[in-house]
Amino acid sequence: MTKQHANWSPYDNNGGTCVAIAGSDYCVIAADTRMSTGYSILSRDYSKIHKLADKAVLSSSGFQADVKALQKVLKSRHLIYQHQHNKQMSCPAMAQLLSNTLYFKRFFPYYAFNVLGGLDEEGKGCVFTYDAVGSYERVGYGAQGSGSTLIMPFLDNQLKSPSPLLLPKQDSNTPLSEAEAVDLVKTVFASATERDIYTGDKLEIMILKADGIKTELMDLRKD
Amino acid sequence: MSQSAVDVPPKGGFSFDLCKRNDMLTQKGLKAPSFLKTGTTIVGLIFKDGVILGADTRATEGPIVADKNCEKIHYMAPNIYCCGAGTAADTEAVTDMVSSQLRLHRYQTSRDSRIITALTLLKKHLFSYQGHVSAALVLGGVDITGPHLHTIYPHGSTDTLPFATMGSGSLAAMSVFEAKYKEGLTRDEGIKLVAEAICSGIFNDLGSGSNVDICVITKGNNEYLRNYMEPNPRTYVSSKGYSFTKKTEVLLTKITPLLERVEITEVGEAMEE
Repeated sequence: MTKQHANWSPYDNNGGTCVAIAGSDYCVIAADTRMSTGYSILSRDYSKIHKLADKAVLSSSGFQADVKALQKVLKSRHLIYQHQHNKQMSCPAMAQLLSNTLYFKRFFPYYAFNVLGGLDEEGKGCVFTYDAVGSYERVGYGAQGSGSTLIMPFLDNQLKSPSPLLLPKQDSNTPLSEAEAVDLVKTVFASATERDIYTGDKLEIMILKADGIKTELMDLRKD
Repeated sequence: MSQSAVDVPPKGGFSFDLCKRNDMLTQKGLKAPSFLKTGTTIVGLIFKDGVILGADTRATEGPIVADKNCEKIHYMAPNIYCCGAGTAADTEAVTDMVSSQLRLHRYQTSRDSRIITALTLLKKHLFSYQGHVSAALVLGGVDITGPHLHTIYPHGSTDTLPFATMGSGSLAAMSVFEAKYKEGLTRDEGIKLVAEAICSGIFNDLGSGSNVDICVITKGNNEYLRNYMEPNPRTYVSSKGYSFTKKTEVLLTKITPLLERVEITEVGEAMEE
């Protein structure tokens, strides 16, 4: 007697792509604004980027209901931290919190593919890349979501991160200027939009620097 | 020698011997290979002087766009064209096959092909494959009996309609037709409506995209307007461009001779002629 499988799934995939690039004194976080289900579009104007702390910005693709729930948990934990320590959480601290929060639901995961970007304690850009259950790593750049397989190889070619196995320890942040990194992000999203049906509509770019956050919006193909 | 060779039926076609094995494999968790589907929005409508067919140009393989500008309006006869949705290989093969059959029939009968001939040939073929040939078609043309428009479903059923849509974007396109279609449209009104319906599919259905192809068929004349509209230009091209200078890194060069070199000294007599 074969095992009966559920014909209802608690998850859905709302598509979308998120990218982050770390620079010497900035961090660029970008995501498209299309939210879809199956072959239909739910929204052309849905932001997947969320500010968690002054120096930490989270971008998540996947199941947006789980993403919203995850953001709520992180927001409340951050508030408690602020009450207890009288300061905002740093990006590496937020990174660990996110990892623990995801692993907490190891056996009924948040269907969220996250990229966390921000500035570390020294003011250098940092990007953390995650899987659905909380395995994370600090990297120089990262991409998650439906278009990640199209984008990652190009970023690898242009921004090749040195292997963490090589000694002495090399800086994984890109030497590119802020304008060049933004140009790279725009090119990469325009290309991913051509070939991935779940990526498109508009591109939201957030640039984090020591003095504040700047947001830019660019049109993408709407088909 | 293998004793388990699969028998091919005497008249060709599909052999379903491996179906049980495939079922067993899928139960064990093996995923079947995916097909190239055309996602697609295809439409047709009858106007005052004939038939207008329209189609988008995106071919998808799952979530990836395999072809950004493919042709979905297939030639059947000088006065008959057919739009195809479903598995790309199936639509191509079935329309090519019936197109050849129609040509041979024209030679034999010395008459222009009729749409109902193409219709019957297609539906008979699709029915005999019980839906396994995944081709959903919008067939249209003008023959001696007038303009005709039909839809053909993968299992072999057909409809005769004044306006029709098929494919994943059919609901988006049909909503436009139902709102704006009326009898006796002029050529320009008809083209505008077909383009609007296809655009609705292109922008609202993720399986359809890129450009609009249109084909206008009237008595004694057809016009294939390839890429009639291109509403999706690339949004950003970097002004400075990107270079790919990193070549493959050579880590080690080592030559290993496969055979030992043997020195041959001239010994013995020369060969006899």
